Amino acid sequence: MAVMLLAAGACCAQGDIVSDTAPFSSIAAWSRVLLMQDYNTRVVIFGVAVLGGASGLVGSFTLLRKRALMGDALSHASLPGIALAFIVASTLGANGKSLPLLLFGATVSGLLGVATILVIRNQTRLKEDAALGIVLSVFFGAGVALMGVVQQMQTGHAAGLEGFIYGKTASMRAADAQLIAVVSLLVIAGCLLLFKELKLLCFDEGFAGAKGFPVVALDVGLMSMVVLVTIVGLQAVGLVLMIALLVIPAAAARFWTDTMWRMMLWAALLGTLGSIVGGLVSALFPGLPSGAMIVLVCSVFFFVSMMLGTRSGVLVRYRRRLRLNRRIDRQHLLRAIYERIENRTKHGASIHESRRKPVSTASLMSMRSWSRRRLMAAIDRAAEDELVRKKSDGFKLTSAGFTEAARLTRQHRLWELYLIAYAEVATSNVDRDADDIEHVLAPEVIDQLEDLLDEQEMTIPVPMSPHDVSDDHADATGDKR
Amino acid sequence: MVERPQKEYQPMDSSPSLSSVLPSAARDDGTGNEVPLSIYDLTVAYHRKPVIWDVGFDLPAGQLIGIVGPNGAGKSTLLKAAMDLIPSASGRVRVFGDSYRANRHRVGYVPQRESVDWQFPVSALDVVAMGLYDEIGWCRPVRRRHRDRARLALQHVGIGELADRQISQLSGGQQQRTFLARALVQDADLYLMDEPFAAVDAATERAIVDILRDLKKRGKTAAVIHHDLQTVPEYFDYVVLLNMRVVAHGPVETTFTSENLQKTYGGRLTLLDEVTEAMRRRESSL
Repeated sequence: MAVMLLAAGACCAQGDIVSDTAPFSSIAAWSRVLLMQDYNTRVVIFGVAVLGGASGLVGSFTLLRKRALMGDALSHASLPGIALAFIVASTLGANGKSLPLLLFGATVSGLLGVATILVIRNQTRLKEDAALGIVLSVFFGAGVALMGVVQQMQTGHAAGLEGFIYGKTASMRAADAQLIAVVSLLVIAGCLLLFKELKLLCFDEGFAGAKGFPVVALDVGLMSMVVLVTIVGLQAVGLVLMIALLVIPAAAARFWTDTMWRMMLWAALLGTLGSIVGGLVSALFPGLPSGAMIVLVCSVFFFVSMMLGTRSGVLVRYRRRLRLNRRIDRQHLLRAIYERIENRTKHGASIHESRRKPVSTASLMSMRSWSRRRLMAAIDRAAEDELVRKKSDGFKLTSAGFTEAARLTRQHRLWELYLIAYAEVATSNVDRDADDIEHVLAPEVIDQLEDLLDEQEMTIPVPMSPHDVSDDHADATGDKR
Repeated sequence: MVERPQKEYQPMDSSPSLSSVLPSAARDDGTGNEVPLSIYDLTVAYHRKPVIWDVGFDLPAGQLIGIVGPNGAGKSTLLKAAMDLIPSASGRVRVFGDSYRANRHRVGYVPQRESVDWQFPVSALDVVAMGLYDEIGWCRPVRRRHRDRARLALQHVGIGELADRQISQLSGGQQQRTFLARALVQDADLYLMDEPFAAVDAATERAIVDILRDLKKRGKTAAVIHHDLQTVPEYFDYVVLLNMRVVAHGPVETTFTSENLQKTYGGRLTLLDEVTEAMRRRESSL
């Protein structure tokens, strides 16, 4: 244990914390870690930061390739390799804690796990999710059992091995961190060099193959980068939570942008930041596993991105939907008013004459199934934009409002006529079907509709409604909705 | 682009060449044009179940070819096997007289629209630029001149103004046009298209037809998987009727007959189907 602590916390700041039973009193030690005055801490944090960046980049690719969980299976499958490497080395009298040896064992069993998944997926009827579940749990279970064997062994000290499970930056030496940094930089270089090729692989494997790109080799390349990041990350993040660093930054980044290189930049930044904060906290409190800290920090990023993300965050989507609903409400309102006005012309008045008489809210209530509150809100908003003007006995359309209402009604009826003429929708259903889609008609589609219906010699200004729009009918359909 | 020397003539009755022994592996259709796609005895199976069986035909150069057949007839499989995307159990594919590998730069591929995730964070321009990736070369970035060409290709299919839009923001027809532009941007000689007309709006359908006719005018060949029988005579010159094997192939006027369609789509099992069915039963009982 003492050996491990010495080796682990070669940095005196960490040594202080470990020996100090009350770290909170030691402000000097805190500032030493936080300001990274100590060489070892600096190197460790740097290594972890580069690892976070590399994970963000590789993770973006695997997320878009829908292989995100492959990294999880890989990291879990590395445990038996670590334990076996320790056991074999110890029984042969070598240093069981030699990091290259442990990582070698981890790589071999991790790859074996991935290979098993591929065999199960390709040779049986089982799908990838089942294969992942089987391999992940079986390998991890075997690893836990072997760790139990390790604890029973007389030779060597198994202490410190559990750092691979949950991650422990506090027990990392500068040399370990350098290894992490070098491998991570290699992976970052690989991601940047193969950006175009991997992007094509993730988007359209078939086209990549048709263009002569070696799809299998590219897949292997991507997987190799996942393996590299995962294996060197074991010590810092731990095998249980390594997947978080691969998935969360990339998933969080997706909420902020629709451009792939921006997404990867964001993912790398979030991964780096999460790793630095997580690594620092773990260096301050050796009792706190760095893996858990990194995950917690990353998950804060994720939550914030999910809510506030400017591209597809929850709030943005909510606002978009609200705006769409309001637009639809307005279109319904204006069309309802237009149809009310139009009904009056049946008694001989011209449309412009009948437009001047106000329309009551009560008469609109019967036109469709909208709540009074929603209707009043739509009227208020329309009044604000000066499309309608409120009067003592109801309200009437302004001239801008009338133009807009006529346009909307025309659009609705063109669509109805199209549905009747070409989609063979029954006249009695056409109003509802047209409602479903008219709000999203693009101008070019309206042009086409006009052309089509022109050939049919139908009137183009505001055509007559193909179905009855008088009050009693509106009541009937209103009830149905 | 590598120019292949054109043959002056094809001696049909001199020393027996490969093409006279294997008529379907011809390099030349006898008129001086290279055969864009020649398939001989192609069989593809998924898990012991044949999808296409003993398929063979030569496509005429410079024509618009419709590949027609019922669902599950193996139309997409045929295209994919022709491009080595899936392994074939037997058979030979020749593209302009050589392997697909040697001539793939002369082939433009339009996969099915549903084959990719349209939520992917790329713009229409990015997708079209993918058609130039092999030309750009490994590890090299997409440069302005490539983007300019991609933009031109998008304009050619009529959606130049949507170049910078994320692909999920495009309508189905616009997505299909983007895929088409990706194949057009590389200026191939043979285009293989997997259901480009599936679920597109009328305007896109017309645009695609115009593009196909323009390709033909420029001497290109296009083999298009098509599902709307009514428009086949209008859109295509040549037709391949496929239902696991080639039922018939030839010019639309002579081949696209109700009798052949009956054989392709008809409910009655033909002899080969019965054999296959019997073999399947035998396999499953083992």
